[in-house]
Amino acid sequence: MIPGRYFDAPDMEWYKQRLTRIVFVVMVVFSALFLRLFYLQAIGGSEYRRLSENNCIRLQTIQPARGLIFDRNGELLVDNRPSFDLYITPKDATPLEETLLRLSHFSGIELADLKSRIAEAKGRPFYKPVLLMRDMGRDLFAAVEVHRYELPGVFVSIEPLRHYLNERFAPHLIGYLGEINGQELASGEYVGRRQGDVIGKFGIERTLENYLKGKPGGRQVEVNAAGQVIRVLRTVNAVSGDKIYLTLDKRLQELAQTLFEGKVGSAVAMDPSNGEVLAMVSSPGFDQNEFVGGLSHKAWNKLMSNPDRPMENKAIQGEYPPASTYKIITALGGLEENVIDAHTAIFCNGKYRFGDRVFRDWKKGGHGSVDVEKAIAQSCDVFFYQVGQKLGVDRLARYARAAGLGEVSGIDLGNEKPGLVPTSAWKKQKTGVPWRGGETLSVAIGQGYNLATPLQVLCVTCAVGNGGTRYRPQIFKKIETPYGDLVRENFPEPVGKLPVSAENQAIVRKGLFKVVNEPGGTAFQSRIAGIPMSGKTGTAQVVGRGESPKTKGNKTSWNFLDHAWFTAYAPSDNPKIAVTIMVEHGEHGSSAAAPIAAKMIYAYLSQDYKIEAEPVLLEE
Amino acid sequence: MFDRKLTQNFNWVLMGLTVALAIIGVMMVYSAVTAGPDDVQKGLVFKQIIWFASGFLMVLFLILVDYRSLEPWSNLIYVFCLCLLIFVFLIGKTAGGSRRWIELGFFSIQPSELMKIAIIITLARYYAKRITIGGLTLRNLFKPILIVAVPVVLILKQPDLGTAILLVLVAASVTLFAKIERRSLIYLTASGVVCAPLIWFFLKDYQKQRILTFLNPDRDPLGTGYHIIQSKIAIGSGMIHGKGFLKGTQNALSFLPEQHTDFIFSVLAEEWGFLGAGVLLILLALIIILGINVAHSCRDPFGILLSVGLAVLIFWETLINIGMVMGLMPVVGVPLPFISYGGSSVLAKMICVGLLLNIGMRRHILQN
Repeated sequence: MIPGRYFDAPDMEWYKQRLTRIVFVVMVVFSALFLRLFYLQAIGGSEYRRLSENNCIRLQTIQPARGLIFDRNGELLVDNRPSFDLYITPKDATPLEETLLRLSHFSGIELADLKSRIAEAKGRPFYKPVLLMRDMGRDLFAAVEVHRYELPGVFVSIEPLRHYLNERFAPHLIGYLGEINGQELASGEYVGRRQGDVIGKFGIERTLENYLKGKPGGRQVEVNAAGQVIRVLRTVNAVSGDKIYLTLDKRLQELAQTLFEGKVGSAVAMDPSNGEVLAMVSSPGFDQNEFVGGLSHKAWNKLMSNPDRPMENKAIQGEYPPASTYKIITALGGLEENVIDAHTAIFCNGKYRFGDRVFRDWKKGGHGSVDVEKAIAQSCDVFFYQVGQKLGVDRLARYARAAGLGEVSGIDLGNEKPGLVPTSAWKKQKTGVPWRGGETLSVAIGQGYNLATPLQVLCVTCAVGNGGTRYRPQIFKKIETPYGDLVRENFPEPVGKLPVSAENQAIVRKGLFKVVNEPGGTAFQSRIAGIPMSGKTGTAQVVGRGESPKTKGNKTSWNFLDHAWFTAYAPSDNPKIAVTIMVEHGEHGSSAAAPIAAKMIYAYLSQDYKIEAEPVLLEE
Repeated sequence: MFDRKLTQNFNWVLMGLTVALAIIGVMMVYSAVTAGPDDVQKGLVFKQIIWFASGFLMVLFLILVDYRSLEPWSNLIYVFCLCLLIFVFLIGKTAGGSRRWIELGFFSIQPSELMKIAIIITLARYYAKRITIGGLTLRNLFKPILIVAVPVVLILKQPDLGTAILLVLVAASVTLFAKIERRSLIYLTASGVVCAPLIWFFLKDYQKQRILTFLNPDRDPLGTGYHIIQSKIAIGSGMIHGKGFLKGTQNALSFLPEQHTDFIFSVLAEEWGFLGAGVLLILLALIIILGINVAHSCRDPFGILLSVGLAVLIFWETLINIGMVMGLMPVVGVPLPFISYGGSSVLAKMICVGLLLNIGMRRHILQN
């Protein structure tokens, strides 16, 4: 009896009884463990010993098929095809040297190549298969398969390989694949990935990697001494990646790519009412299928050293002076800040004196008396020099930023460039030299420090065209599982409004209408019958005006030629499509860029995508 | 205070068993980390020896003070361990996808291991004051449930399912030993039976899948199911005599996951066969029964409950671990006591031994 306790406190006998029960339970449980151990080791022992001797039970990975990619109308753009991949399991391929020699003999693959693949895999457990050759082709596959009994440890695995159905179709937007590198492995972004795995490296393939990759499955198999599967114990099927429906219109994209053949630059088309990208061309392109089996160093270096930068997506990575397309911003700012109104008229005689410098208009002799609409229509520099001078660089920058310039648009593609909207503070910080008034004049016509990507110019165009709403550009509409269940859907994402009254926007839109539809407008040659289009041309100087070095015959050498811009939307009153064209060294926006835009707009709105279908021009 | 009776009652068998298990443990860790192709883990053997050495120092220290002086400190010990767990939750070290450790320079500790001891001490103290022949009522059980639930939730967040389950099992065992009033037990069981399907109904699909896979590893033939097959092959292939020390082939090819921690029994069974693995099972059973025997000869409710708790902790860890590697139980990360690599686990087990020795030494004091 324990002293000092309450009346029904248990005595020692009570405790001892309960403790005995615990001992009983412990005994029973340990007997069970003992029996299990005996069963595994004494009864099942010899079978387990056999399985252990050759490490017979192994896992094989089943690669999932990557997600399919469709255009906005459900046209298949990217799928997968079977690839015959040659593997060797060093542990089973005994003797290794002889097996490799035989394999080289049967397949015609250089012995040195085979050995180097094995050397690369050194340090990995030797029962893990080593990939000797990806996508060996049916003939080689047959050659190896015939001799399978002379090639212990060698096997061919059929795995899905990425296949881009239309060669060179939107390679920058769709992207390409490549083997994961050390940096990517270390980044922690690719959970569960290992050396040798293939991942999306660029474009949609990269940004939507997690949806596209699918989930690998596997097989638990029993193999014999030669490493050949004699029994499949369990199978877990791989799950294919999700299906992506792009906003891209295949026909429009193809037309734009054809129109850009032989040209360097970019074309982007968007639906101004929701920000969906309808086409995105960056020229020159590349063949994504070449990347699938691993690109050789030589081919890679060739792409990288090409002066036309085929690996760059010029629509989002090319930064150019926006040139006269920027006059949209200057006009909006000038009107909203009451620096000018709809009737303010300025006389342009072809030049404008500021301090001790003379700023020229692109048109010798000038445009005469111009108001803001006519100034936009004829792209009068002198008018905008004066608007810019009155606004000042910082007020101008505020409107540029509010229109989305100077920052990335947030499109779901990597490595987008932000462009540049200069301010006096920016210059002071960057160069230490204060802003000078003359620089504002260059900025006002989109030259100077100004930089913008074609996509940014397009976004400005869309916002002006749709009445002032800025949408985040989108490149895919929805993502579905392989079985068609919705995973994710994109809806229009407004990201801002132009800080400009509806009246002032209407004035600018009238000017943009006149660019195309009034004699004297800079794109009057590109007007389309039945489809009212509004737009703005631009000619970005590569070198200062009047400084371009002439080669013989008084012709400017090609790489000093100006860049040509044209940005437009249509129909003018209720735009369904906006297009921005940038042709590097295309000289004039009106002649090099505007016809391409007109063709794209005509094709899209009339659903006639034939390349030879000429938009009917109005009689002058 | 330290009279001769204490040394007379020192349990040399328990001490001897502990030393034997420590030696086996270090040898198995040595085998598990040397046989594989991986060089980085070889320093772990030395670390494990250091852990055992400090464990034995801890035992020496623990037997000097009367275990009953621990009683008033139990709340503080509990709160301290709880703080460590919260600390882990906030800034713990992450390894293998879960956040369990506090980094302390060249070593790290796992507070959940210490929490196991803290909960046993706290519950022992609480029940010692309330134990009756009639049993504990629902009202009595409210506090213990809270004492266990808080750390269990924190440990589940790490996530460490194994340790969480273990805490619940140990606490439930001690509570059942202290006896629950019949009516309350019926209530508890009934509400459990009613709640389980309800909870199941509200679980997300992937959570259901995870629980089903947990209960039946065969559902995941590429992950845990495969590990269990390899573990069974390793154990079975050891047959009666084993393949010999350092000669395990499954072990050598790193076919076993976590071979120096959770799957160390498979390494031992492969290399030492039924003879070796059977002896280890007997040693572990003996240490548990000796622990219960300490309770048997103790006359103080706190001491009885405490020693039952400690013995039950070793029991559950052994059962879950060995049951798992032999394919009898769900796959959870619970270390094999004294054998698996892991400083905090070793230290916690040495604290168990120290406390059991302590209680055993002082069993006659109350008679004076």
